[in-house]
Amino acid sequence: MRWSFVFAEMRQGLRRNLTMTVATTLTITIALVFLGFAWLCHAQINRTHDYWFGKIEISVFLKQTSTGPQQEAIEHELNSLPQVKQVFFEDRSEAWVRFKKEFAKSSPALVANSSEAQMPQSYRVKLKNPRQFNVVAQAVQNMPGVDQVAAEPDALKRLFSFFDRLGQMVLVAAIIVLVAAVLLIFNNVRLAAYTRRREVGIMRLVGASDVYIQSPFVLEVVACAVIGSALAVGALFLIKLFVFDHGIGYAFNTNLIDIIDSGTVIEAIPYLLFTAILASAVTAVGTLQRYLRV
Amino acid sequence: MIRLQSVTKVYPTSARPALDNVDVEIEKGEFVFLVGQSGSGKSTFLRLVLREEKVTRGGIWVAGKDLTRLSHWKVPALRRQIGTVFQDFRLLPNKTVAENVAFALEVIGKPRHSIAKVVPEVLDLVGLAGKEDRMPNELSGGEQQRVAVARAFVNRPMILLADEPTGNLDPATSVGIMRLLDRINRTGTTVVMATHDSHIVDSMRRRVIELEEGHVTRDQSRGVYGYSR
Repeated sequence: MRWSFVFAEMRQGLRRNLTMTVATTLTITIALVFLGFAWLCHAQINRTHDYWFGKIEISVFLKQTSTGPQQEAIEHELNSLPQVKQVFFEDRSEAWVRFKKEFAKSSPALVANSSEAQMPQSYRVKLKNPRQFNVVAQAVQNMPGVDQVAAEPDALKRLFSFFDRLGQMVLVAAIIVLVAAVLLIFNNVRLAAYTRRREVGIMRLVGASDVYIQSPFVLEVVACAVIGSALAVGALFLIKLFVFDHGIGYAFNTNLIDIIDSGTVIEAIPYLLFTAILASAVTAVGTLQRYLRV
Repeated sequence: MIRLQSVTKVYPTSARPALDNVDVEIEKGEFVFLVGQSGSGKSTFLRLVLREEKVTRGGIWVAGKDLTRLSHWKVPALRRQIGTVFQDFRLLPNKTVAENVAFALEVIGKPRHSIAKVVPEVLDLVGLAGKEDRMPNELSGGEQQRVAVARAFVNRPMILLADEPTGNLDPATSVGIMRLLDRINRTGTTVVMATHDSHIVDSMRRRVIELEEGHVTRDQSRGVYGYSR
C-alpha cells in the first residue's frame, strides 16, 4: 500500500470539491458544538450535585408549642427511615448563634429586633442521598409538633432544572445536526464517487483493491471530521467562558455552584473526536458500498 | 487460459440470454477475434472474463481460477492478470502519458522505483518514446490508444482483452494498433479482441469465434470475418 499516493488523491479530492468540503466540515463542527454543549451541561449538573451531595440536609422545624413526647416521636421516626444518615437536634441557643452569624452583616436591624426565644428548634437531618428529600419530608411533615420541612435551596433546584432542560434541548439539536451532517457526508461521497468515476473505473480495471479505491474517499471525510472537531473544541472553550463562567455567574448565586473548568472541555475532546470520525467513516464506507460497487 | 463451459448469462432486464450455453476454450498465447453483430454477446463475454458480471449458469475459468467460486475480495488479483483496452481509450485527461501508465501501477501499490523503470520501457514498446509528458488531448487517436495499450500491458498481464480497440480509428492507424497487439501476443500474452472490423480480421488470419444472439455459430482457426460480407 502506498500511502503517499492515497493521501495525494485525498488532497486532490478535497480541493476539487472545496465548497462541499467546507460545508461538510462546518456542519460537523456545529453538530459537535451542540453535542459538546450538552456534555458540558450534564457535567455541570453532576458537578453541582457532587458539590452539594455531602452538604444538603433537611431541616425539620418544630412548632414553638411542641411537647417533649412529640419531639421524641419525630426523632424516633427520622431515625427509623432507611434514607436517613444522621439526625442532630438544634436547640434555640444554637439556632440563635447561626441566625446572628447569617444576618449580622446583611440586616443588623433584624438581629437587633429578634431574641433567642423566637428561634425555632429543629432537627437537622443528613441524608444518604440528597435526592431522596421528598420521602423523608413526607414522612414527618404532618406529624404533630412539626412546623415545616425545608430542604434544597430553591436556587439549586432552579439550577438543576435549568441545566437539565438546556442539556436536553441542546442534545436534541445535536442529534438533528448530526443527521444533517451524515446526510451531507452521504451526498458528498456520492458526488465525489461520481466525479471520479473515470479514475475509479480504471482503478477497478487494473485490479486495485477495494481498500485502495475507497480509502481516499473515506480519508477525505475523516479529514473533514478531524478539522470539524478542532473547530468545535475551540467553540466549546468559548462557550465555557461566556455561557458558564460569565452567563451563569450573573444568573445564579455563584456561591451555590462550582462552575465547570477547562478540564471538563478537555475531557470531552476524545469523545467528540471519536464520534465525529466514527460517524463520518461509517457513513462514507456505507455510501461507497452502495455507489462504488466493484 | 480462458475456459467457458455451458455458460449462460441472463441479465435481469432482458428475457433473452446474452450468452446461451456457450462452450469456448482459449489456450495460453492464442490470438482470438470475437466477432458478431451488436448485441451478439461479445461484450458480455469480455465482462464475464473480467468478472464484472457473474455467469447465470455454467462454469468459467480464467488464469487458473474458477470465477464462479472466486470471492469478491480476490477479484482485484484476477484483474491484475488481465489487461483491458477499450474503443474510447479511457485515459485520464488531467494526467500526462507517463502518469496515465504509472497510475495503473500506483493503484495496485507498486513501489515507486519499479514504476520509474517500467513505464519508459513500455512506452518505448508501444512507440511513444519521447511523448511521456504530453497530455492525452495533445495526441492523435492512434497515439491515445497506444497509451491505453501501454497501460493495459505495463503490468505484464497473462491476458489482454480488447473491446473494439480500432473502432474509433482510421484504417491506417488501426493497422498500427494491430501490429502492436500482435507484438504483445508474441511475448506469450493471450489476446482476445472483439471487433467489427472485417479487414483486420481477414488480414490477420487468426482464430475467429463468431457469436450470434448469444450462441457460438463459428469457431475457426485462421479464420476470416464472415462469409456473409
